[in-house]
Amino acid sequence: MAHSQSDEPTRRDFLYVATVVVGGVGAAAGLIPLIDQMNPSADVLALASIEIDLSPIQPGQSVVFTWRSHPLFVRRRTPEEIAAAKAVKLEDLLDPLARNASLPENAPATDENRIKPRAGAAKPEWLVAVGVCTHLGCTPEASTPRSRQGDYGGWLCHCHGSQYDIAGRVRVGPAPRNLDVPIFAYLSDTRIKVG
Amino acid sequence: MRITPMKAFRAAAALGFFAFGLPVMAQPDPAKAPAQPPSAIAPAPSTDAEPPKHVSWSFNGPFGTYDRGALQRGFQVYKEVCSACHSLSLVAIRTLAERGGPEFTEPQVTAIAAGYKVPADPDQQGKTVDASGQPLTRAGTPADYFPPPFPNEKAARAAMNGALPPDLSLIVKAREGHEDYVYSILTSFGPPPPNLKMAPGMNYNPIFPGRQIAMPPPLSNGSVTYADGTPNTVDQEARDVVTFLSWASEPKMEERKRTGFNVMIFLIGFTTLLYFSYRRVWHGHH
Amino acid sequence: MHGPTYTPKSGISRWLDSRLPILRFAHEHLSSYPTPRNLNVWYTFGGILSFFLGVQIATGIVLAMHYTPDSRLAFDSVEHIMRDVNSGWMLRYLHSNGASMFFLAVYIHMFRGLYYGSYKAPREMIWILGVVLYVLMMATAFLGYTLPWGQMSFWGATVITNFFSAFDALIPGLGTAVVTWLWGGFGVDNATLHRFFSLHYLLPFAIAGVVVLHIWALHVPGNNNPLGIDLKGPQDTVPFHPYYTVKDLFYLSCFVILYAYLVFFNPNLLGHPINYAPANPIQTPEDIVPEWYFLPFYAILRSIPDKLIGVLALFASLITLFFVSWLDTSPVRSARFRPIYKQFFWILVADTIILGYVGSRPVDAFLFNTPIPLVWLGRISTLYYFLHFWLIMPLVGVIETPKPLPDSIAKSVLATTPAQ
Repeated sequence: MAHSQSDEPTRRDFLYVATVVVGGVGAAAGLIPLIDQMNPSADVLALASIEIDLSPIQPGQSVVFTWRSHPLFVRRRTPEEIAAAKAVKLEDLLDPLARNASLPENAPATDENRIKPRAGAAKPEWLVAVGVCTHLGCTPEASTPRSRQGDYGGWLCHCHGSQYDIAGRVRVGPAPRNLDVPIFAYLSDTRIKVG
Repeated sequence: MRITPMKAFRAAAALGFFAFGLPVMAQPDPAKAPAQPPSAIAPAPSTDAEPPKHVSWSFNGPFGTYDRGALQRGFQVYKEVCSACHSLSLVAIRTLAERGGPEFTEPQVTAIAAGYKVPADPDQQGKTVDASGQPLTRAGTPADYFPPPFPNEKAARAAMNGALPPDLSLIVKAREGHEDYVYSILTSFGPPPPNLKMAPGMNYNPIFPGRQIAMPPPLSNGSVTYADGTPNTVDQEARDVVTFLSWASEPKMEERKRTGFNVMIFLIGFTTLLYFSYRRVWHGHH
Repeated sequence: MHGPTYTPKSGISRWLDSRLPILRFAHEHLSSYPTPRNLNVWYTFGGILSFFLGVQIATGIVLAMHYTPDSRLAFDSVEHIMRDVNSGWMLRYLHSNGASMFFLAVYIHMFRGLYYGSYKAPREMIWILGVVLYVLMMATAFLGYTLPWGQMSFWGATVITNFFSAFDALIPGLGTAVVTWLWGGFGVDNATLHRFFSLHYLLPFAIAGVVVLHIWALHVPGNNNPLGIDLKGPQDTVPFHPYYTVKDLFYLSCFVILYAYLVFFNPNLLGHPINYAPANPIQTPEDIVPEWYFLPFYAILRSIPDKLIGVLALFASLITLFFVSWLDTSPVRSARFRPIYKQFFWILVADTIILGYVGSRPVDAFLFNTPIPLVWLGRISTLYYFLHFWLIMPLVGVIETPKPLPDSIAKSVLATTPAQ
């Protein structure tokens, strides 16, 4: 450039700085849609909550639904199973925490805490848990009277042998944590909304 | 090089010519046959389609938006009249609550969805039909898409004497003339000219290519009763349903124009800064 | 051509410079690079093209995260992008209108080369690589247009791939074998769509590679300039940065205003409404028309009644461009000093626009309200196109008396600059 730095540098520099800054802001703003497009799209978000009709599920029956791309276990427990779940001592559990998204992190893994919905009264019959083994993500298989899976009457994961009880709590490893309980609510006696 | 007003004008004219002149020339205008020689016999009536009527819409222009009332009334017209034959399969029911659309409330949309029956997943035995052989259905949820009136194309044609009512999700964008065309189709039904031979089952419509359309006039005065008391003339119903169908084709239009306005402000500002930077850098070097 | 040498200032830049002199390279070719001081607006389109290549690749890659190249799902996946993907409508419109802007820029860029003689020695390789880039762009755009699997996508693909069946007239069965191989079946179908998607993703990176060669070939002799005369010394040049970085950015910004108008206020102006209807192999639309940037070649193809010769004429119109450096016999580069060639240049511009118009109309249409059949206008325009390159360019170079050339760029610039 022919003109020296002493020739009104403030005004000239301000113009260039302003141009670069505005250009930078524009470039950053232009980058946002390119990054945001990878976030979940509207149709995926629409399935973030599902409603489940509980009426066809029989006592003792365990059904698998799909929720947020993962299996969701809904189990209707018999009175004996509820009593057995309540009788388990916290010290015997591998993971003492409730892992219920509706409760604080440190809530203990009592059966009462495992079946608690987001608000309102719990129904001890119903266990809702995410069917993803907390070891490496396989789908555990439910234990039924006809086909016993594991020793705790809940679920057995065939990948590496983890076992869960009738409240979805891990009893035999290598899984480190109880099955996650998602946020859910009772819309009526026979209908829940998960997520 | 100095950018004189003349040079800027020439550059803009050239760019504008290429950008606008070329595509304008590329637009197919309605085919016009050259002048026919006079004939002693009465000439056959034209089967070339008339150009659509030009109507002004609330959503035309760079600042146009969809009229909410028209969208809601138009949805009512679609639901009560058109959905008997025409699917809207690309539109998810939840979008009725989206910003820039009819903006029904969430409870309203849930209720609308629950009013539809959609195919259900197989039951616990793996069956997809009930005891009487009917496909299993469940109540719709907002996440579902509008269910079609017919399960497949063949069923639609069987019910419609061989004609296939097109899906309406994109109809406004998929036709030359866009909203004016769809509006004109709906409002131009009438008796055919005396010497035009109509094919069996066809209806006269001068806007439709060939002037014979399989669809009977769908709208009449009082086809729907509007809750807000708007007069339910054919013209009003047509305007409302065309507004709704325009939204169905382009639900993001309002967001697009809003974003465009902001982008333009930024670009004009940035271009101005660049212009003065350019002048400053080149001062004395031209 | 070299400007002031790059001297690395910091420790890191010295370390890098002795191992991979990428900063030195950038400095020499993008910053200190001596560029003729008299380049005008028409010389900014190379930079504009690079920008749009970047835009198309960036938007294309993110669109590909949501698009499904299966014939049963493609159309709906594009609507999923338009309706459900965050900012999907914007990415789609940026990509479709970006293609149009890319071609608008390339046509201006090519006509600039023809006007100022940028194809003449020693810049023949730049021109040839440029024609290669143009052909790659055409292929990429054609492949990309099929992907939404609308009516025009499908039928346009059918028409273009059927070109090769013309070779049956040369060797019986050859054309059909080639077309079947292209299709992967008995017509444009799912197999075709899958391979078109793969190739559409691939070719832009081939374009990027050839762009590197194109700019490399440019930097050997250096830029041409509107006067068409060689550089006489450093007084004829300015460093690329900041002079041409700021100039390129300014004109790019103006061009992007036009782009933004299209994307945000009229995104479907340059497209065909019928492509919003899903592909239907059983029903052909009333008019099969390619996108606007292919219309002149479409007109050339249709102006010849014989199928094989029409296809050969189309290929010939492109191959002609490779020979331009040798077809023009004039010792003078820039049309500013070539009064006869200048007139023919503008006739060529008008000719391509007329061809484009003819290509956009049905084959049996007439010129507006006159009884002139468009097919005759198309034939005359096609004839002119070939005459321009094969007859007029060689002849005019020999018979024309050019205007006297200025001594140097610096002298010419000083002569036009008002006294300071």
